[in-house]
Amino acid sequence: MTSTPAVEDIVGSEYEHGFTTEIESDTLPPGLDEDVVRAISARKGEPEFMTEWRLKAYRHWLTMTPPNWADVDHPPIDFQAISYYSAPKRPEDGPKSLDEVDPALLETYEKLGIPIEEQKALAGVAVDAVFDSVSVATTFRETLAEAGVIFCSISEAVHAYPELVKQYLGSVVPHTDNYFACLNAAVFSDGTFVYIPEGVRCPMELSTYFRINARNTGQFERTLIVAEAGSYVSYLEGCTAPQRDENQLHAAVVELIALDDAEIKYSTVQNWYPGDAQGRGGIYNFVTKRGDCRGARSKISWTQVETGSAITWKYPSCLLRGEDAVGEFYSVAVTKGRQQADTGTKMIHIGPNTRSTIVSKGISAGEGRQTYRGLVRIGQRAANARNHTQCDSLLIGDRCTANTVPYIEVKHPSANMEHEATTSKISDDQLFYCRARGLSEEDAVSMIVNGFCKEVFNELPMEFAVEAQKLLSISLEGAVG
Amino acid sequence: MLSVTGLRANVGDKEILRGLDLRIGPGEVHAIMGPNGSGKSTLAHVLSGREGYAVTGGTASFEGRDLLALEPEERAQLGLFLAFQYPVELPGVNNTYFLKSALNSIRKARGEDELDAVSFMRLIKEKLKVLHLDDSLLKRAVNAGFSGGEKKRNEIFQMALLEPKLAILDETDSGLDIDALRVVSEGVNALRSPERSMIVVTHYQRLLDYIEPDFVHVLYKGRIIRSGGKELALELEQHGYGWITDEGAAA
Repeated sequence: MTSTPAVEDIVGSEYEHGFTTEIESDTLPPGLDEDVVRAISARKGEPEFMTEWRLKAYRHWLTMTPPNWADVDHPPIDFQAISYYSAPKRPEDGPKSLDEVDPALLETYEKLGIPIEEQKALAGVAVDAVFDSVSVATTFRETLAEAGVIFCSISEAVHAYPELVKQYLGSVVPHTDNYFACLNAAVFSDGTFVYIPEGVRCPMELSTYFRINARNTGQFERTLIVAEAGSYVSYLEGCTAPQRDENQLHAAVVELIALDDAEIKYSTVQNWYPGDAQGRGGIYNFVTKRGDCRGARSKISWTQVETGSAITWKYPSCLLRGEDAVGEFYSVAVTKGRQQADTGTKMIHIGPNTRSTIVSKGISAGEGRQTYRGLVRIGQRAANARNHTQCDSLLIGDRCTANTVPYIEVKHPSANMEHEATTSKISDDQLFYCRARGLSEEDAVSMIVNGFCKEVFNELPMEFAVEAQKLLSISLEGAVG
Repeated sequence: MLSVTGLRANVGDKEILRGLDLRIGPGEVHAIMGPNGSGKSTLAHVLSGREGYAVTGGTASFEGRDLLALEPEERAQLGLFLAFQYPVELPGVNNTYFLKSALNSIRKARGEDELDAVSFMRLIKEKLKVLHLDDSLLKRAVNAGFSGGEKKRNEIFQMALLEPKLAILDETDSGLDIDALRVVSEGVNALRSPERSMIVVTHYQRLLDYIEPDFVHVLYKGRIIRSGGKELALELEQHGYGWITDEGAAA
């Protein structure tokens, strides 16, 4: 690989700062106990309150057992076999060149039209062009600072904005919430912090892609977004290109807080490595995402396109506390090969006149296994609450499965609930119809699937939507016949 | 243009086509009539390449190519068009997008440039007029929620746009009231040209009052047992299929 002098300068300068010499001592041996939690906190130079916060979570975690209600199969996870802290990966740790990377992955990169340097970065190959995005990121941060928007890593926020962190961290997903969220609270590596001041409309779509070091946030990511009264932010997470990671277990926590009249739009395209054809080596994605519509007339909208991971366990939810608060969940989930997904949402109506919309589109191909699991709860004070749920499953082939498990709890007589569910197959008739008009079988499948997902794609920011469509087509190539 | 000889095809164990011969020259309109279960739709499906039929004998060549060796999309790209008896709904798939993809896929296969959005819209508006169709059709999903008449008109509209060399109209008249039948037939007639051949598969003589065929064939038990001019259809109307099928069965 040839590198430009500028890049060598940067690589060299890191060396100068003892970056590599520190690394050996910067990776903790596998295993988890209080010392490990303290060590993580110490490595990050965290203030006392954070160390205590983590320890409290860890002690609670010891009393918990892993959840077993999800419709997914995997061997038990040995939590003592995981290393809970590793500094940013050294180039030597990854594949030496693209020759060592799964050819199927490379083929996908090609189809997505990803430049070669970026392919290397995604596949974890030592790369020298990531620095391009650093300069881009700096420009963005300046624009954001002018608007008063804080957009930084959560580690940075702990130091720079401890009061905000103290006030909001764990206030939506407390460490007692569930097994994986609790583990995350104890050992989270890094993540993103966003704060939008009162009345500010964030001047751009925020994306982890533009945050420095975003690539190395590791397996226990933590995201916290606070939108003050009357503010607006749209946040994009993930990347359409399949990302490799040697950490098999991912247990992220995302907390969103929207105050009076604030709106948060959170879009995800998740495309983690699903493993090889037998599902080996794929990522386990056990994520807790929750938005708290704390203020009156606040709105939180989740849009997700889930095509990757060997196992997905994820229920982006909304707590609709404020009067007239609105929660939305738009999801496309694809399982193929041996992928398993148990995903859905929870809409918890607490305040009066709260409204929620759920549109879930599940696509299952190959031996994919998929469950939509959703809860809509209308509380005692939630007068005139309304929910509309639409769950559609599309099956491709005859070895995949799709299940819908809706839970509905209504404690107020004025509630208005609608639930629609359909399961359909791409029929031979539909395929033949398209082919008789000159379209190839693959184009036909892609067209029918994209039609099926349209309502969700419409919710994605334009650029993301185009990429998501392309991604879907590629994901399902060869899925028929 | 199309030459079918001794064509035999099964569905499962059942032989439906039993040695069918058909020859169609450029610009000719052939009507294929016959009672229920005679193999009319099977013929349309086998020619357009639908799965589920096993061809056990005979040949079919189209434009000098072995038609039976081609995938359905290759047949379409070569200029074959099937107007479906029951057009399929494609929920969420925008009609304009579908048509543009289909047209460009065919153009591409023929080595022609793909049409850009502007020229495509110009073309599509022009073709809409032929079928007296409303613009709103373009914004809807393919056939989704269309009435029976709209679906059939949409088929002929697609035909107008894709400009096939050979169109097979599979019971295009079924389910149409008299007004819709007239509109659809006018659409079809507007598409008649010396380069475009048609196979009109129908049950009833009624359609042939509107679309006047050059030749009429009677299909019975998987074979063409009688061929003639358009007057054959009138005779059938008068006497019913019985007077031929009795002979056919005897022969």
